[in-house]
Amino acid sequence: MKALRHLLSMDDLDRDDIDYLLDLTQRYVEVGERKIPRIPALRGKTVALVFYEDSTRTRISFATAASRLSADALGFDVKRSSANKGESLRDTVETISAMGVHGIVLRHFGAGAPWRVREWTDASVINGGDGRNQHPTQSLADLFTARRHLGELDGKQVAIVGDVKNSRVARSNAIGFAEMGAEVVFVAPQTLLPASLEGWPVSATHNLDEVVDEIDVCYLLRMQLERQHDAPVPTLREFHHEFGLTAARADRLKDGALIMHPGPMNRGVEIAGEVADRPNAVITEQVANGVAVRMAVLFVLIGSRLDLVEESSLADLESAVA
Amino acid sequence: MSTLAIRGGTVVDAQGSRRADVVIGDEGTILAVGSGLTADHELDAGDCVVAPGLVDLHVHLRQPGNEEAETIDTGARAAALGGFTAVVAMPNTDPAMDCVSVISEVRALGESAICEVVPSAAISVGRRGEALAPMAELVRAGVRIFTDDGSGVQDDKLMRTALDYASSLEHLCPGETIVLAQHCEVESLSKGGFMHEGSWSSWLGIPGQPSEAEELMVMRDIALCRLTGARVHFQHMSTAGSVSMIRAAKAAGLPVTAEAATHHFSLTDACCQSYDPVYKVHPPLRTDADVEAVKAGLADGTIDAIATDHAPHTPKSKQQTFADAPPGMLGLETAFAVANTYLDMPIESLLGAMSWRPAAICGLNGNHGGPVKAGSAANLAVIDPDAAWTVSAAESASRSSNTPYEGMALRGRVRHTVYKGEAVVIDGVAQR
Repeated sequence: MKALRHLLSMDDLDRDDIDYLLDLTQRYVEVGERKIPRIPALRGKTVALVFYEDSTRTRISFATAASRLSADALGFDVKRSSANKGESLRDTVETISAMGVHGIVLRHFGAGAPWRVREWTDASVINGGDGRNQHPTQSLADLFTARRHLGELDGKQVAIVGDVKNSRVARSNAIGFAEMGAEVVFVAPQTLLPASLEGWPVSATHNLDEVVDEIDVCYLLRMQLERQHDAPVPTLREFHHEFGLTAARADRLKDGALIMHPGPMNRGVEIAGEVADRPNAVITEQVANGVAVRMAVLFVLIGSRLDLVEESSLADLESAVA
Repeated sequence: MSTLAIRGGTVVDAQGSRRADVVIGDEGTILAVGSGLTADHELDAGDCVVAPGLVDLHVHLRQPGNEEAETIDTGARAAALGGFTAVVAMPNTDPAMDCVSVISEVRALGESAICEVVPSAAISVGRRGEALAPMAELVRAGVRIFTDDGSGVQDDKLMRTALDYASSLEHLCPGETIVLAQHCEVESLSKGGFMHEGSWSSWLGIPGQPSEAEELMVMRDIALCRLTGARVHFQHMSTAGSVSMIRAAKAAGLPVTAEAATHHFSLTDACCQSYDPVYKVHPPLRTDADVEAVKAGLADGTIDAIATDHAPHTPKSKQQTFADAPPGMLGLETAFAVANTYLDMPIESLLGAMSWRPAAICGLNGNHGGPVKAGSAANLAVIDPDAAWTVSAAESASRSSNTPYEGMALRGRVRHTVYKGEAVVIDGVAQR
């Protein structure tokens, strides 16, 4: 795997990098299954969880991952402040860096925030979700989960369905699944697609029924219920009927096809309530794997700085696990 | 009486080019233009053009209200270093320049500046787009250019009323004209968008605003110009569609003029891939095709003037995410060099777009924009069009450093600037 200092986008990773991280994730899943799921791999390291946007699940996932690696995780919740008022992002980051943290997990409502932060700190920066742009650790958890059930992803058909436009998960997964050899299709009305897909390794359709019989993964996105003032669809009922995974559509999925969702779900909107509980819905497993994948990312970025100790990193891990 | 000679240059003005020395008296007028002239003091203009001082129709000087970003004094110094002898100050100060008292304050602050500061006034009270500012009173106070710049007038009826009313006020300034200048942006389409909507915004995950947000207001104001017959000036035109609509409006004989900002013919939305909000500006940086259309519009005269939209912002305000940072970039000190480097236009046309044409648009052509002849006001820029230099924000006279050209090599540098007969910039150094 190439030297990796920060993880900002799935575009930072090639297939070998992803394979490496997913293999490491498998080891950490095993750690998580132990009676005492904790190893000393990052003992003495400090990770700041800097969250400008509420996110209970991502935050707890990173905190758990850090804890299982024996790192200290410090939470910084920053209330949204308008531009020109209060402390600048740079001042906040420099303050946190001055405390000697080794890693900064950043969740921010503004696209590109971790790219800015990277310039103002010596710590490794992990993008915990920036606006509608990227959420790479979610994507890695999803790739791990899909690969576990489907084997290698080459040639697999992946539909990413719903509010693509506002979704960082869609952006990261489009890049991640495509890098792993899958064929990705966005399914959404034009109002919920990016203005342009030029340069994207994906196709797009407005018709879920056209693809539902063929796909190996039906990845549903959370419909942003908050954004009703300039609603992209007339009603959520209509959205569910046209673009949701209804029971009838779920029945048409191939045997073994996965139903995935990054959470939190709106049952009855993007996914029928009953469908979310079917055996091929791996939604809670995505959450569980999220902890292991974040352990892998933290370890690679902060623990080893692979550029320095690539060979010994796995040995460290072995001894830690032993 | 002390005199100043500018020797060895090529005089360029609306009348053309000729090798000539220029002698200036201390009353601020040109005494003589000719060969072999001498005076008490001399400025070397070898390899330089000696042109009427540049005129910028569009600057934000931030005073009153945001003196941490810029003041009239520092903004005027940056202007003089850029070869400008007159700049039109936009009204989006705090308080807004929507009444005579604020206009008077700006004028008073400009008295000691080393460049003429020409206040524009807001079209609407507080630039809120709801009720007209006291335009007659403002015209009587000397205002000739009105704009709500920073935002466009969203309400169709209010804009129509403003144009009709403005055209009723010309008797207050006989022989002069009043112009309404528009920042074209339909906010219901642009709202929430921080860069140009297209392939780059989609890839970067930064919400975009479409070209059509600008073009719909250009279209509307061309229609209102036709309806009212009042003059309309289109500010910072940035899209291919806008340029072609203005070309058609001019062909139809409508009294419209337009400007383009230097960044809209030198930079594209691809710059935003660094996520650095130094590239955030309204209207946003557009595509290569738009840049080419703006260049073509300047070359064929569809776009009359090159402006800077000089918009200083403190480092703190730009040390945010792209979404949170305010829009705008510096431009005064780099304007000529950027135009000279990126545009393939004869020097006479380039200077026309930066001096006498904008001077005529805002009614400054008595004192600015030439011609360079005995009896004219001595407002001059001496520019070496072939001098290569590298932009450094650290050397800027502006209180802010948000230049998008940092570290870039440009061609063309202002050597001296003469304002009201005084050499305010000598060898690239501001004298006060």
